Amino acid sequence: MFVINCPYCGERDQSEFSCGGEAHIVRPKQPTELSDDEWAEYLFMRKNIKGVQFERWNHAHGCRKWFNMVRDTSNDKIHAVYKMGEKPPVI
Amino acid sequence: MKNKYSIFSLIKNAFSQHENWKQAWGNPEPKKEYEAVIIGGGGHGLATAYYLAKKHNMKNIAVLEKGWIGGGNTGRNTTIIRSNYLWDASAGLYDHALKIWENLSQELNYNIMFSQRGVMNLAHNLQDVRDLKRRTHANRLNGIDAVWLDTKQVKEFCPIINISQDIRYPVLGGTLQRRAGTARHDAVAWGYARGADAMGVDIIQNCEVKGIKRNGDHVEGLDTTKGFIKTKKIGVVAAGHSSVIANMAGLKLPLESKPLQALVSEPVKPIIDTVVMSNAVHAYVSQSDKGELVIGAGTDAYISYTQRGSHDVVEGTLKAILELYPIFSRMKMLRQWGGIVDICPDASPIISKTNIKGLYFNCGWGTGGFKATPGSGDLFAHTIANDEPHKLNAAFNLNRFVSGDLVDEHGAAAVAH
Repeated sequence: MFVINCPYCGERDQSEFSCGGEAHIVRPKQPTELSDDEWAEYLFMRKNIKGVQFERWNHAHGCRKWFNMVRDTSNDKIHAVYKMGEKPPVI
Repeated sequence: MKNKYSIFSLIKNAFSQHENWKQAWGNPEPKKEYEAVIIGGGGHGLATAYYLAKKHNMKNIAVLEKGWIGGGNTGRNTTIIRSNYLWDASAGLYDHALKIWENLSQELNYNIMFSQRGVMNLAHNLQDVRDLKRRTHANRLNGIDAVWLDTKQVKEFCPIINISQDIRYPVLGGTLQRRAGTARHDAVAWGYARGADAMGVDIIQNCEVKGIKRNGDHVEGLDTTKGFIKTKKIGVVAAGHSSVIANMAGLKLPLESKPLQALVSEPVKPIIDTVVMSNAVHAYVSQSDKGELVIGAGTDAYISYTQRGSHDVVEGTLKAILELYPIFSRMKMLRQWGGIVDICPDASPIISKTNIKGLYFNCGWGTGGFKATPGSGDLFAHTIANDEPHKLNAAFNLNRFVSGDLVDEHGAAAVAH
């Protein structure tokens, strides 16, 4: 449990947010062209990093907007918060 | 077994004030090479080593454990054992384990305190009732004991439950598996460790794996904090850290690791002689032999390796517990902890070969791996020894995420995570 600095609302309790998992997984541009292996990679395979991870969050019980976050999963320390569409920071 | 435990050994050792009991397992330094190496000295890993030695005659093997054996999720779960899963593949897997549990104390010559006190799953709304009734029918078709109880029968089976229909989530009935129950989690790890050690397996604690050496499409050995170990077969049973190990071999797995919490209360006199689980309100409770209530809470909804868990998750669980059991309202909670569970997209485990020769994974048990410990070890040992899955774990291969042939057990995970 930690405090998240929502880019739209400011600091709020983590329990107000829901996590959308790994960020920057690009949706396939031509789904009909994808092989089964590529579908599996897109749908199921995850880095599941122990350490610094880029992820998506939604302020579900607040502004309901999506944004990105960089967090260390080994100690829950948040390194950066940035809006959707913005370039990920270099950590 | 050299030091067989019995009434006679107990009496004999009483004469020396119990000071001359032999160590139950050794503390060897790793050899340069093994026939197979198991990464992870929890229940599943130790069981795998035990069955490799016992049933497949592979004695030159080692179990590597980063910390101490049974110190991970084996020592952090709520010790519940049941096999009332929906699909045929899962029923086969979990009931295989349950059948081994039933004779495990005798087989290991180690009291694992297996107690078939029954597990009851509650229904709180019409959809729960339909789902759980469907599951009892599916269970019975697979030869697994399951009965449906109406609200009155639920109350008879567990008299402290509040069956008022005025509460937020009233009890509309439940299912009962009488063969289900609990076991002493530490004893399971210790019993398997002692059994494996007696057959010559090296159990190496405080030895962390730092890298996996590959030569093209097959494995050659492991870099560890105690040096390089050569081996042609590696079985990974690292629970929440499976993805970390996979990464060392250049593999990606369909897993997310999250903290799952549990807590125990102060000890009290016997008050609940079964296990009661509720999916809808996310609460399950049983009572340990020491008298503590053992309560399972949920997972945090984000990836974390912190072994802590959030306070709001515990609060939510305790609210539900108090609505169902108002009698616990003044109980004090004694301890709370978290374990890192590796969750698969279909809530079923992976016991599988990989596309790297000699590398095998037993992971993805998510929030409910303890119950499967003996079966998981047995089937994983078979998979490693024969380089082919047993028919009971064939469906739990890694390729199902490519083929789409998933084993969706979200409904039968006793509580939604």
